[in-house]
Amino acid sequence: MKQSSLDAILSAVTAVRLAKNLRLLSALALSLVLIGCGSSESNVEAGNRTGTLHWGNGTEPQSLDPHIATGVPEHHIIVALMEGLVHKDSKTLGPTPGVAESWTVSDDGTVYTFKLRDNARWSNGDVHNAHDFVWSWWRALQPALGNLYAYMYFPIVNAREYYEGEVTDFELVGVKALDDLTLQVTLDNPTPYFLQLLDHYSMYPVHQATLEKFGAADERGTRWTYAGNMVGNGPFKLTSWEINRAIEVERNSFYWGNDEVRLNKIVFYPTENTTTEERMFRAGQLHYTNGVPIDKVATYREANDPALRVNPYLGTYFYRINVAVPHLQDKRVRRALGMTIDRKKITENVTKSGQIPAYAMTPPNTRGYYPPINLNFDPEAARQLLAEAGYPNGEGFPVTEILYNTNEGHRKVAVAIQQMWREHLNIEVKLLNQEWKVYLDSESNGDYQISRAGWIGDYVDPNNFLDMFICNGGNNRTGWCNEEYDRLVLDVAPRAKTQEERMAIFTQAEQMLMDELPVLPIYTYTTAHLVHPAMKNVATNIMDTQSYREIYLEGAKD
Amino acid sequence: MDANSSTLTAEKGTSLWEDAWIKLRKNRLALIGLGLLVFLCVISLLTPWIAPYGYEEQNLLMGATPPSAEHWLGTDVFGRDMLTRIMWGGRVSLMVGFIATAVALAIGVIYGAVAGYVGGRVDAVMMRLVDILYALPFMIFIILLMVVFGRNLLLLFFAIGAVEWLTMARIVRGQVMSLRKQEFVEAAHSLGLSQWIIIRRHIIPNTLGPVIVYTTLTIPSVMLLEAFLSFLGLGIQPPQSSWGLLINYGVETMEEYPWLLIFPGIALSLTLFALNFLGDGLRDALDPRTAKD
Amino acid sequence: MLRFALGRLLQAIPVLLVVITMTFLLVHSAPGGPFSADKAVPEEVLEALEAQYNLNQPLWQQYVNYLGDVLQGDMGPSFKYPGRSVNELILSGLGTTAELGFYAMMVAIFIGVIAGVTASMRPNTAQDYVPMTAAMIGICMPSFLLGPLLVLIFGIHLEWLPVSGWDQIPGDKILPAITLGTGYAAYIARLSRGGMLEVLSQDYIRTARAKGLSEFLIIGKHALRGGLIPVVAFLGPAFAGLLGGSFVVETIYQIPGLGRFYVQAAFNRDYTMILGTTVFFATLIIVFNLLSDMLAVWLNPKLRQQVRGE
Repeated sequence: MKQSSLDAILSAVTAVRLAKNLRLLSALALSLVLIGCGSSESNVEAGNRTGTLHWGNGTEPQSLDPHIATGVPEHHIIVALMEGLVHKDSKTLGPTPGVAESWTVSDDGTVYTFKLRDNARWSNGDVHNAHDFVWSWWRALQPALGNLYAYMYFPIVNAREYYEGEVTDFELVGVKALDDLTLQVTLDNPTPYFLQLLDHYSMYPVHQATLEKFGAADERGTRWTYAGNMVGNGPFKLTSWEINRAIEVERNSFYWGNDEVRLNKIVFYPTENTTTEERMFRAGQLHYTNGVPIDKVATYREANDPALRVNPYLGTYFYRINVAVPHLQDKRVRRALGMTIDRKKITENVTKSGQIPAYAMTPPNTRGYYPPINLNFDPEAARQLLAEAGYPNGEGFPVTEILYNTNEGHRKVAVAIQQMWREHLNIEVKLLNQEWKVYLDSESNGDYQISRAGWIGDYVDPNNFLDMFICNGGNNRTGWCNEEYDRLVLDVAPRAKTQEERMAIFTQAEQMLMDELPVLPIYTYTTAHLVHPAMKNVATNIMDTQSYREIYLEGAKD
Repeated sequence: MDANSSTLTAEKGTSLWEDAWIKLRKNRLALIGLGLLVFLCVISLLTPWIAPYGYEEQNLLMGATPPSAEHWLGTDVFGRDMLTRIMWGGRVSLMVGFIATAVALAIGVIYGAVAGYVGGRVDAVMMRLVDILYALPFMIFIILLMVVFGRNLLLLFFAIGAVEWLTMARIVRGQVMSLRKQEFVEAAHSLGLSQWIIIRRHIIPNTLGPVIVYTTLTIPSVMLLEAFLSFLGLGIQPPQSSWGLLINYGVETMEEYPWLLIFPGIALSLTLFALNFLGDGLRDALDPRTAKD
Repeated sequence: MLRFALGRLLQAIPVLLVVITMTFLLVHSAPGGPFSADKAVPEEVLEALEAQYNLNQPLWQQYVNYLGDVLQGDMGPSFKYPGRSVNELILSGLGTTAELGFYAMMVAIFIGVIAGVTASMRPNTAQDYVPMTAAMIGICMPSFLLGPLLVLIFGIHLEWLPVSGWDQIPGDKILPAITLGTGYAAYIARLSRGGMLEVLSQDYIRTARAKGLSEFLIIGKHALRGGLIPVVAFLGPAFAGLLGGSFVVETIYQIPGLGRFYVQAAFNRDYTMILGTTVFFATLIIVFNLLSDMLAVWLNPKLRQQVRGE
């Protein structure tokens, strides 16, 4: 290019640029003003009109395959797209019909016979029947799939053996399709909570033809869960999945209960940051939030804002104690530690969201079960115990370390407890925080002294909380092993004839656990959500499980 | 050469340094920057003795309170005094700034001086290496390093220093190279002065100018980098705290407790301001071309 | 010119190799694996998972396999999101980050150049001090300080602009672009001022003035081209900086871009994702640096001579 024409171009460009700059700036200013004045309809307003629910869902789901997924955000979406044999009533959490319209239980409580609906269909119109369940459960138990919730199936005869490879013929596993619409399940023991398990997504059926179209049945992570590919049996179908942006589901007209469903569409937003989520709520971008920032809970409470919903949650926040550590082996030391945590102070001043101090592992009123209380806040007695254990007034007690995963909330609790132990027992404690993955590894490798932990119940039964601590259980991680405890939980309780008998056995086991204290319960969780007033029929049960078939938006035309 | 020459007095020559100091003194902003910096350094050094409260002293019942007579800058959600936190945080931030810069300085100056002085093939290879390293996405590496090696403060210094030395090397090399070709060096050489004396007497003093300027300007960008990393959760880890981390906490609660964001924010910004103005002033002062026109 | 470009591209290959190797080693030495979960993972399952992702092979073998795959453009499956490939994830985040970077760059260039050129027209007067002090503020106020403040003022108090998201609500691109671009606007302002000052003190400018040319023409036709060279040279590093800056801005505004993916992947130990994103970023930076250098050479006749001589 010749020099002169280059110059001409350059000066033209410059002139235009300078002029454009001014114009651009004024355009920018103008548009700012315009945006301020004539704001378009907010998400919530539009949603109320069209029946679209905007739901803040926490982290981006890893997978929507019910046999691979493991989290709560995944749960909220999966239950829109699929359903199991049985649902949970949103108030009582008792079993209600899902794909199965009725069922009978044998006298000894080990054989369940389910009668499926004849109008059950998949979202592409295919007929949905008992054979789907047999195939799906077969698939869920394939070891190569890596289903972390396989243990949900273990009450079923030979399910565990099949999963672990001892039994290779699936025919021997206790599930059979007696005919197209009848499914029979045989259990090892009468398992009172079995119907609850069926509502967990790991026991949901999947559409065989779709899965096989995209890969082998036990191939992990194929494209069958993508929008446009996915076929499910739930009230909604997946219409769009943009990672880190939004997941949209729309009404499934083939669903047997479609007439009762009042929402037309749900949009799930990945809202990792609760502070930003709360702002989105205030700006009218969300109907429902996944959580509420701690410091905001007080603000909403004081304003008596009905948007704030705080409810008890089936979960316990606790500390694990590594009983292999020499100075923590003595049970008196552990009891001393447990007795000097002022749980009231923590729930009222630190966590501040209506949590309840926990003095046992199982939350109270878990299906009518109230755990025995064997622990209280008693610094005097604690000091005596510590002295008896050989550390009068904390002398000679080695510096102990509390491990927690990096999170301001956990840090606050740890700092508070550190101070309490210093004050009441005169012992030095230091804090170590690790990033989530590293922390998980440290905990499972026993690379810690005291570690922060939490456990949310998968189903409402004390068994879920107590069977964590059997010897060498994967979720034990404390090194604590008590054979009598194992016997009670694994052998005696499942064989109990009545509910009372069972609960009594659990009481005994929990008493043992709380006497030896390989874990220090701190509080029972609560859930906090912000709910837009137009969103109705929001459930308040302790599993925090919502039913999209019941929720509706006021102002929506059906 | 006439009788009137006695009325003329010979002008006393000023060295580059004296010249620079005179010019710097005239630059009010730079002086303010210098003063502020000295003030901050003194406070940081004396913090263990003059901080009003203990570093970890909490008062859970009190929680976050706005500035008051007992707590000049308020308290955070644990009831810890913000003034104390900011002072300690400043210590860490400044420390990271100075030490990481020192690391960058050490590596960069030596590398650049060698390349510039030796010249030839060695220089070509060395500078090629610098070019290659320039292309690497260092932010990503630093993030990875922090994720892998976690809470090691020393590593943070090293990682940040390792990013910043490149430009320093380039500058030093450029200076040394142009100096080496100057006539006065050749003259000194022909006079029989040893390499070492030439380096010491001529090259180093003349390189010092740009190095000082660049160092002063590197410190704020290093501090910014640390704050950035801490904000993402990858820099300084609690219980230690730096201004970046304090800002991070402040952002989360900025509607309810704005002072938790404002004060550390001001602290960081002011320090960066001071350093930048000082650096600018030094650059103007040491640049012979900006002598009176 | 072509040889210059080719030469630089060839240099890029060992760089990329170094990047891949260093990242690979770093990632695999990080504590905490991709499959650690808070519910216990049974041994058999863990083994099956590791086998499927080839994590049970010796390190050097994994490395060689990975290298082979990358050369074919396949960055492997994501560990965190079963069923999604790294390529897919990168593509989904790329558009967003690119757009954000572009707008931020536009903000930076427009504001920066105007400020700098205006300042250079009357040095050491108010016309100089005001923009330059504003620039200083821009440099000293980090994006993670500016961003939340902008959100507080414009998003929450005044309610003029949305506080999060990208491409979901009209106007949600404004705040992020401004937050990211402002720091660079400041640098560009200073650079352009400096460059312009140098050029404006040259003899040929004085000649043009003596000839009676209008100030506007002088600046536009003669000065700008030389004066903006430092700005153009800065574009390369600026781009790299924008990429890094996008991490924070995307976090503040919940923007589903590549930066956020990267930070998440690092925390999740999603090995392939980390590697893939790093390689991708490195390639981008190299290409952009090359383009920026080529532009600088094209604009500067002196350099052009040098390059021709190479």
